[in-house]
Amino acid sequence: MSEVRTLVIDGKDVAATSDQTVLSAAEENGIHIPTLCHLEGLSDVGACRLCVVEVEGSPKLLAACATRVEEGMKVTTSSERLVAYRRNIVELFFVERNHICAVCVANNHCQLQDQARDLQLTHFELPPLHPELTVDATHERFVLDQNRCILCTRCVRVCDEIEGAHTWDIQGRGANARLVCDLGTPWGSSTTCTSCGKCVQVCPTGALFEKGRTVAEAKSRRPYLPYLVKAKRQGS
Amino acid sequence: MATSTFVGRSAPSDDKRWRQVDVRMRRLGYRPDGLIEVLHTTQEVFGYLDDDALSYVGESLGVPPSKVYGVATFYSHFTLKPQGLHTCVVCTGTACYINGASALLAAISKELGVQPGATTPDGRVSVLKARCLGACSMAPAVVIDGEVHGHAVPARLVDVLEKL
Amino acid sequence: MSTDGPDGSAPVRHGRQPEPLIPDGPARASANVCQAAGCLSMGSDQLFETLRAAVLARGLHDVAVRRVGCLGLCAAGPLVEVPEQGRLFERVHPGEPKRTEDLVSSLAGETVAGRSVAADPFFSHQVKVVLERCGTVDPERLEDYVATGGYEGLSKALTSMTPEEVIAEVVRSGLRGRGGAGYPTGLMWRTVAKAEAPEGKYVVCNADEGDPGAFMDRSVLESCPQQVLEGMAIAGYAVGAHRGYVYVRAEYPLAVKRLSSAIRQAERDGHLGPEIAGTRFNFQVEVRIGAGAFVCGEETALIASIQGGRGTPKPRPPYPASSGLWGCPTLINNVETFANIPSVISRGGDWLNTIGTERSKGTKVFALTGAVTNTGLIEVPMGLTLRQIVFEIGGGLAEGRKFKAVQTGGPSGGCIPESLLDMAVDYETLAAAGSIMGSGGMIVMDDRTCMVDVAKFFMDFCREESCGKCLPCRVGTEEMYRLLDRVTTGMATRSHLAQLEDLAAMVRATSLCGLGQGAPNPVFSTLRYFRGEYLAHIDDHVCQAGVCPVPAGPPAGATEAALAGTATVSSGGRP
Repeated sequence: MSEVRTLVIDGKDVAATSDQTVLSAAEENGIHIPTLCHLEGLSDVGACRLCVVEVEGSPKLLAACATRVEEGMKVTTSSERLVAYRRNIVELFFVERNHICAVCVANNHCQLQDQARDLQLTHFELPPLHPELTVDATHERFVLDQNRCILCTRCVRVCDEIEGAHTWDIQGRGANARLVCDLGTPWGSSTTCTSCGKCVQVCPTGALFEKGRTVAEAKSRRPYLPYLVKAKRQGS
Repeated sequence: MATSTFVGRSAPSDDKRWRQVDVRMRRLGYRPDGLIEVLHTTQEVFGYLDDDALSYVGESLGVPPSKVYGVATFYSHFTLKPQGLHTCVVCTGTACYINGASALLAAISKELGVQPGATTPDGRVSVLKARCLGACSMAPAVVIDGEVHGHAVPARLVDVLEKL
Repeated sequence: MSTDGPDGSAPVRHGRQPEPLIPDGPARASANVCQAAGCLSMGSDQLFETLRAAVLARGLHDVAVRRVGCLGLCAAGPLVEVPEQGRLFERVHPGEPKRTEDLVSSLAGETVAGRSVAADPFFSHQVKVVLERCGTVDPERLEDYVATGGYEGLSKALTSMTPEEVIAEVVRSGLRGRGGAGYPTGLMWRTVAKAEAPEGKYVVCNADEGDPGAFMDRSVLESCPQQVLEGMAIAGYAVGAHRGYVYVRAEYPLAVKRLSSAIRQAERDGHLGPEIAGTRFNFQVEVRIGAGAFVCGEETALIASIQGGRGTPKPRPPYPASSGLWGCPTLINNVETFANIPSVISRGGDWLNTIGTERSKGTKVFALTGAVTNTGLIEVPMGLTLRQIVFEIGGGLAEGRKFKAVQTGGPSGGCIPESLLDMAVDYETLAAAGSIMGSGGMIVMDDRTCMVDVAKFFMDFCREESCGKCLPCRVGTEEMYRLLDRVTTGMATRSHLAQLEDLAAMVRATSLCGLGQGAPNPVFSTLRYFRGEYLAHIDDHVCQAGVCPVPAGPPAGATEAALAGTATVSSGGRP
């Protein structure tokens, strides 16, 4: 089973078990690494790249959420270079789609916005791409606004791994990748959706939200997920 | 349809071609990981993948619809729309590109009035771009209805298209 | 019946084809008709039938007419080789009776000039290990393969060597992965062999050759699929796997057909399947067909695709060697790597080790294309110089144009300028020059090619082929493409160029997989050797190659600083 590993994170000696990721070992020891696609209780995909860290001996940066701890590892979670890359990453998220905070339901409750604030990002230099995307309001309680989606796939994973419905997936690829319901079906006509609302709760931005909320009103209840995961594990 | 081999779901219509899809799925033991193989067969048989086909294959293999759709739209070989009577594929691999594939595309678009990826409104010709057909030694290459035209030049190509 | 994909892959003929003519005794002369994709598209299947009929009609009982795989000089197809006379007949178009008649006369013993193979630098510089049987055996006849020593390596491994001895032989050979990265093959085999696998292991052959301008793996599979299968079976024995997959691009229907036929024949004759060579070793191979996604050449994406899903990569570690197909230890090598293996075992690792350079052993197959006279498929010892490849084997530039660059490594590779032509080609020198070996595409560019446009071409490729999973690649390639587009349309300033360089560095460092990490390489390498061309577009609105639609006249937003830059460049100062 899991064994104890000792490693160094940002100069601090740390003990962790062999099944832990660098991210979780760091968090346990009060070392904060920014994340977006990671959510406790869901599998990790290493897609947003915000949590990339330097590991001594590795020529490449590694995603802390998807890298297991190893004996003797020396990890740097924050350096001038890493901070610069993280700022670039957040900037790319903002220019990819329409993320105008002032007119977003998730204003002040948005994890992308939080990242920009933490990294003191005030303006963007790259030209915005901002394709005009659809808003699906066909579901009786929820709305999907593709313009705010950052393709973190938390909703896809929570729907598959916790709810077991697999209503969501990603269609297309590259810049044409979009969150998709069933066979490109309007959400309201989905044959698989249980209307459980978990996807809405885990969305880090204002892409999935409850109807009837106006600007800055949509506040997700993310911390509930670990309890669900625990309950599910105990039940099975 | 009574003759369907799968108990969970019967084929979307009594079109006999579904039997080929059923045979493929049976050979693969209805395993979810056979999805791409089955989509290949379905497209070979019907020419494209419509919603009926996608949901039938998904239900038969036990793959959720959004996952089937995600796979079908990820791979450029799969098409969700019917293709034209003829296909004209311009290779845009590196060797073709530096040997003038752009000029060929421009000439075709002008001649047929459609952009790559589209079919003429009368359904006659679909114009497609390919990433690299491996016919680099004959660059630039164009494939019309399966026939490779190497060292293609715009004027000759337009001639061929007119005679289709 | 013909199958041809919507992507326009060439049709494949099914059904019975006329049998080759093979005399009872030794053949006095043989017409080996190339049946690889290039020649086929020029009518070589019809040529085979015409020749066969002509030889029969003239009653030449001691003349063979055979189908063979790629003869290499694709530029001059359809090709027919008469090995007994050491002659290659070029452009034998079935529609030109004179060419066929000349050839038949030559077969009948009359003196007719073909291209002499021995004296020709296109052939004399080549060393054939992987392509040893390409162009000599019939790709669809297992007996041809066996008659030329095929399956001796597998038989030797199974009957006289332990798995560890097989691995040691591969280590000794110095063979490195031919798919691009160049990881030592033997070490990878050992890792997989040592991995614990309660649920079995797998061997996967990566034949998802996606680099535009590369067709080596296609030619090998179309010319001698048995050699690849033998390599896979030896690998299965060495690492302890009993199942193998070959993942082939959907764009290669002929390769799929010949490979499938090769598997059936090998199973029939006991070279694959249960109890191979009378031992207790069993090994099965299945073909999986890709569906048009470049990223599936990346090993974790390839695994996702074999499992029927979207071909999106996963972070490594864990590497497939410990957790691959269905979570089992999986050995993934590419076509060319596996094709090296039978020789390594039958002739010994030391033999391969004598070919090549200090750190890169053996040979490399290249698809030589672009603005060069002899386009085609070549195999050269590691360490030959680019100049020898382009000017001696390739016969120099077509139409007497001026050399500008040679591109290697596809969309993750780079452009190498004239000043580096005397570089000996191996993994290390190419990397030092800012390119990579890659899978073996080699595209020669002349002075009509604009290097900014080339960088834009590859970026366009990467943005369309990005899987969209990780942000730096999904958005970064799109942004880089737009910046490059600004340069080629005269809308860029020097600050856009700086933006491009920053973004390129970030995408390289932070992307999840090799596609994103390598996507900035064409930008870096063209900036390194051809920065002047970028600046000419930006400052002077000049595209020296005359490719880009830069508007005439001084830049619209020209500032004094930019104009000062113009002066520097046009006065021939620093680059």
